[in-house]
Amino acid sequence: MSLDPVILFFLLGVLARVARSDLRLPEALYEALSIYLLLAIGLKGGAQLAVQPLATLWPVALAAIALSAVVPLLLFPVLRAGLRLGPADAGSIAAHYGSVSVVTFAVSQSALSRAGLEPESWLAMLVALMEAPGIVVGVMLARRGLAGNSGPGVARRWPVLLHEVVFGKAVVLLLGGIAIGWIAGPAALAPIDPLFVGLFKGVLALFLLELGLVAGGRLGDLRRVGPRLLAFGVLVPPVLGVLGAATGVLLGMSAAGVATLATLTASASYIAAPTAMRIAVPQADPSLSIGLALGVTFPFNVLVGIPLYVELGRRWAG
Amino acid sequence: MDTHDRRLLTIITEAALERALIADCRRFGAQGYTVLDVRGGGLHGDREGAWEADRSIELQVVCAADVADRIAEHVLAQYAAHYAVSLYLSDVKVFRAQKY
Repeated sequence: MSLDPVILFFLLGVLARVARSDLRLPEALYEALSIYLLLAIGLKGGAQLAVQPLATLWPVALAAIALSAVVPLLLFPVLRAGLRLGPADAGSIAAHYGSVSVVTFAVSQSALSRAGLEPESWLAMLVALMEAPGIVVGVMLARRGLAGNSGPGVARRWPVLLHEVVFGKAVVLLLGGIAIGWIAGPAALAPIDPLFVGLFKGVLALFLLELGLVAGGRLGDLRRVGPRLLAFGVLVPPVLGVLGAATGVLLGMSAAGVATLATLTASASYIAAPTAMRIAVPQADPSLSIGLALGVTFPFNVLVGIPLYVELGRRWAG
Repeated sequence: MDTHDRRLLTIITEAALERALIADCRRFGAQGYTVLDVRGGGLHGDREGAWEADRSIELQVVCAADVADRIAEHVLAQYAAHYAVSLYLSDVKVFRAQKY
């Protein structure tokens, strides 16, 4: 099977960055592309929710929320005891992995289509649900570890942090898109389909070019991250992927559903989590968590992880 | 034309702090502010502003000297330890005293 062109766009971005090219996408374009992707994913999911019996989705939705919350609980002790990180860094990294990556999701959906396993569009709902719980648990773990030593921060009070997480751009656009798609239904959405469905793959490719540039720029962080954390960033996604896939199988999801839940569980956030951790746990070193999420785990998942999770779905649920 | 002495406080920091800083400035008595999107680097590396967590802002506040001091003191105590913060004061002259 030939490589997905969106992955080649990502590699081009990394290459351009490593070669110190002057290529730079305007920040406004990055912003516009990410708004488009979040809305398009939400709309597509919402349109299918309109024709899907909701009752069948509850167990999956609850399991997705639980997975997002459990992942930081599993990783925190490993980061503390195994990698000897302080509570702030351990909590922050755990939060990044508990939350999910929208673009990793989008790439996995594209990979599933190419593999002939057409994913159900309502799976987009899982992205919205899994964004916040992991962040909240990660912050709680960090703060418990820092007790009495929590220092100054912008979001010392929970309402400020919860507002940031729940009304952050990613969740608002995903849930907003889902709501619009659900209320309008597939027929009413048809006129805007050329923009949100027809152009999706091309926009995703452009966005991955930009992410390649950003990830390439984080490669310098890897020296600070060190070999042990580097190994963490590569070993943790497949382990979490298996956890997600097993959950999907237990819930009786389709092969595409199992692969998607595996992908989401294995992915690490780099849109919602870094911003939230910056204001909630400022003591944490962002170059560690972002270096891991964007410099190690994202490329790993896109290149190696997703084909693995698709295969897991095919074998376990096929 | 009459001019009046005021201070310009310039704070260059992470975009994540924008809302909190603006609230602080208002609380300490600043009547207005200007925010610019900027990028740059310092002792701890570069902030290129290519994506969410990498954005920086420059917050400019023209105000009375005592207000500028109070804001600066607060920013140093509250944020400087854990955030990328660069701040400085300059003397400026304004035309309409009541505005600042």
